[in-house]
Amino acid sequence: MTFPILTSLIALPVVGAVLLLFVRDEEKNEPLIRNIALIVSVLVFAETLLLWTRFNPLSADFQFVERHAWIPAFGIDYFVGVDGISLLLLVLTGFLTPIALLSSWESVHKRLRMFCVFILLLESAMIGVFVSLDLFLFYVFWDAMLVPMYFLIGIWGYDRRIYAAVKFILYTMAGSVLMLLAILGLAYLHSEATGGYSFDLLKLYAIDVPRPQQFWFFLAFALAFAIKVPLFPFHTWLPDAHVEAPTAGSVILAGVLLKMGTYGLVRFAFPLFPEAASFFAPYLAGLAVIGIIYGALVAMVQPDMKKLVAYSSVSHLGFVVLGIAAMNTQGVQGAVYQMLNHGISTGGLFLIVGMLSDRRHTRLISEYGGLKNVVPRLVAVFFLITLSSIGLPGLNGFVGEFLILLGAFRWDPRFAALAATGVILSATYMLWMFQRVNYGPVTNEKNASLQDLQPREWLVIVPIVAVAILMGVFPNLFLKPIEPSVNKTIGQVSQRSSRRLQAGNSDSGSRNSASIPRSTFHIPR
Amino acid sequence: MSSFNAIVPMSCVTAAAIAAMIAEAFRAPGERMPIGPLGAIGLAGAAISSALLWKDGASSFGVVVADKFGLFVTFILILVGVLSLAISEPTIDRERLPRGEYYALMLFALAGMMLMATATDLLIIFLALEVLSLAVYVLTGIRRDHALAAEGALKYFLLGAFSSAFFLYGIAFTYGLTGSTRLDRIGSLMAAQAMAPTPMQLLAVGLLLVGFAFKVSAVPFHMWTPDAYEAAPPAITGFMSTGVKAAAFAAFVRVFLAAFEPLRPSWSLILWIVTAATMIVGTVVGVSQSSVKRMLAYSSIAHGGYLLLAVLAANDIGKAAVLFYLLTYAVTNIGAFGVISVLENTDQPNDRVRDYAGLWSTHPTLAGLMTIFLLSLGGFPPMAGFIAKWYVFSAAVNRGYTGLAIIGVLTSVISVFFYLRIIVMMYMTTTDTPARVPPIPRMAGLALIVSAILVFYLGILPTRVLDWAVASIATIF
Repeated sequence: MTFPILTSLIALPVVGAVLLLFVRDEEKNEPLIRNIALIVSVLVFAETLLLWTRFNPLSADFQFVERHAWIPAFGIDYFVGVDGISLLLLVLTGFLTPIALLSSWESVHKRLRMFCVFILLLESAMIGVFVSLDLFLFYVFWDAMLVPMYFLIGIWGYDRRIYAAVKFILYTMAGSVLMLLAILGLAYLHSEATGGYSFDLLKLYAIDVPRPQQFWFFLAFALAFAIKVPLFPFHTWLPDAHVEAPTAGSVILAGVLLKMGTYGLVRFAFPLFPEAASFFAPYLAGLAVIGIIYGALVAMVQPDMKKLVAYSSVSHLGFVVLGIAAMNTQGVQGAVYQMLNHGISTGGLFLIVGMLSDRRHTRLISEYGGLKNVVPRLVAVFFLITLSSIGLPGLNGFVGEFLILLGAFRWDPRFAALAATGVILSATYMLWMFQRVNYGPVTNEKNASLQDLQPREWLVIVPIVAVAILMGVFPNLFLKPIEPSVNKTIGQVSQRSSRRLQAGNSDSGSRNSASIPRSTFHIPR
Repeated sequence: MSSFNAIVPMSCVTAAAIAAMIAEAFRAPGERMPIGPLGAIGLAGAAISSALLWKDGASSFGVVVADKFGLFVTFILILVGVLSLAISEPTIDRERLPRGEYYALMLFALAGMMLMATATDLLIIFLALEVLSLAVYVLTGIRRDHALAAEGALKYFLLGAFSSAFFLYGIAFTYGLTGSTRLDRIGSLMAAQAMAPTPMQLLAVGLLLVGFAFKVSAVPFHMWTPDAYEAAPPAITGFMSTGVKAAAFAAFVRVFLAAFEPLRPSWSLILWIVTAATMIVGTVVGVSQSSVKRMLAYSSIAHGGYLLLAVLAANDIGKAAVLFYLLTYAVTNIGAFGVISVLENTDQPNDRVRDYAGLWSTHPTLAGLMTIFLLSLGGFPPMAGFIAKWYVFSAAVNRGYTGLAIIGVLTSVISVFFYLRIIVMMYMTTTDTPARVPPIPRMAGLALIVSAILVFYLGILPTRVLDWAVASIATIF
């Protein structure tokens, strides 16, 4: 039997959290608590890297698969595995968690032990979401993840933290419970077709979902994921949660949690319901483009840096959804790449904002100005990360946005043209903010005596900058393992949706279309 | 045929109850007697005899059947009993309640509940219902010098007596129609005339439905619930919100899914409306409560709605879902009320939501336990409540009650809002005047920890218990 590497990835943070519960939460234990949490999270990161080295980049199949019966009466398995799409998201999770912990070194002292416990539990749930191949298991992790995040925002957040935490959890739950019903409906369809319940993703890929159900199920899944992403009209929880969360929470929220929505679209919503997906793709893309432009415009007028970064997330993730909606190699590959980019660059921006707000206890742009003369090193890394977020060639952001626009152009040039304005707008709001914060004379004398980067902060920010450059210069290192899985997903979607459409055009005796009234949905041909 | 085996479990409990009464009568004033352990012994006897009956089952006098379904509910009731005994001790001491009467009434109520879960004759069900109801009425008002307690108990008693009359009236009509009160005979006779139900039949079904709806506090017969729950000491509230529900739902399932199943087309629409109303009213009204006990009373109404949904779905999944849900609800809710009862002070009920402010700083363990129970009630994985809700909704989706399932999941999101209010108070609000909490008695603390462990066990490794639940419904339907 091989070593259950994915299970150990899920279990390790939980073990760390349980270990922490045995340490008394006293001031003298602070270093011990921090070290335990940090060592555990670094170990997890090392393990994800190990996973990457052992991963076969040429295969599109799920690797490191583990399967154990969990609730056999319902065909629920503990079934985990990774493919190219989830692999790098795992690495991203492993990468950002220690950084988030390190970033809170100075700023969190209140109830430190539980802070670390919640971060570790959150990490475990995030890993679980990315490796689950059983829909029930996926939902368990998806929902379980809300609780630690809720506490992180609600206990260690800023002034309006309670409002933000409750809004976060209720919004996300409201979206996901309908997905739960759709999952149950799918399992029921599987039992009708084969006589047994199953939540196994691979088996559910194979069943033909009748048309009306397919549309409803897709909408339920898409709503859950759209809230998480967040796609344009469902984004209102995000600025609140981001702004009120502590820095570590914002980094993980922006870096990993938002990716779960887009990951869910690629992994579940599109391949499970290809026909509905190709019907709704233009609408999703429309919302994505609105989000790109709207997010950018709103970001431009924010007086608060953290809020600006939050709205820029809405804009950036619009790109990701656009790439997924295009459903061609460039688009989806770019989308997956952009998920990683966004994790790195937005995570980095939140860290920088966190550092500034640790020093000045304000995040208002108008309170700053002329920082370049005071803290030149901090401004230098700030500049690099800003450029990476804008998508300057040579840094990571460029590759993802370029691929997405390429894919979108091949699919429907109108979307690509509109989305491209978002690139320009992002340069505007980011550079304008950067200029107001860092250039000009030092207008506020409180800024005159700020400290430059501390050794610990170097440790936090250097990896981010290094990865941003690495991803910009050697994109193939990251794109290679993604590609086979992306192509496989696209194949699943296009093949099945076209097959179904052909069957739909020439049908007369096919079971589904004969027994189910067609009037609910019309598919434009 | 007339073996006594099937009634052994409830006889053990009854014997313990009588022993408790005698002990109280012979107790010298001021003398402490271990009356609580006496009840535990009786419950242990019931547990052992039920375990022995599990494999083969038994039937006594043709009216009490210890089949797996009944025994599963009996096990739930034993668990409810043990946990309730453990968390009652501090309340009794603090409020100077009459110890012997308290335990005797609780044990008599348990015996009635067990009888109700295993009875297969309408008259025996009625008898059991009265046994448990009378005991619970008294327990509700056991704080005699408490104005609220008197009000709540009287309200509960009057409305309960009224609903018992409805129930009895329904039995009378059923007897008039079929000439029998045995469920199996009623079932076969009803099936013969199911094609065109007579108005008489509908009347009988309707009256029985009212009786059950009252006992499971379904809307619109839920009015007594918040008052009674607030009036009773928290340990009793935990006991009656779980025990009475379990017994009533067991009988409900037997009567409606066996005897009146042939008339399903006539009652399913009414039950649909009642279910939807129960889920909606329970959660929506719960949001605006400022007393934790009233909030949990409305939450209990909403949970009754989810159970009704499972009854309505009534396929194999639905029936097993009822059993599993009753078990998880029992464990979780007794845990929550256990926390409330150890928080209660002689001079301070600590029952407002704001009394929970800063509990995390003063009593982190208690706050953690309460969080576990509340999250489980809200249906978060990996707690038991999630599996239970998932089970109910899968039954509903399977049977085509998608509309109700959607109402169910959305109301459960609303209910999360009010469970979170308490968590917000405990963790995210600070106060200058933290609630003074008496020291936590060992037994009560142990019961809370056991409940919390069970909540996780049923949430993470539910397979074995689910298999038992599935096996239980296979025996009778």
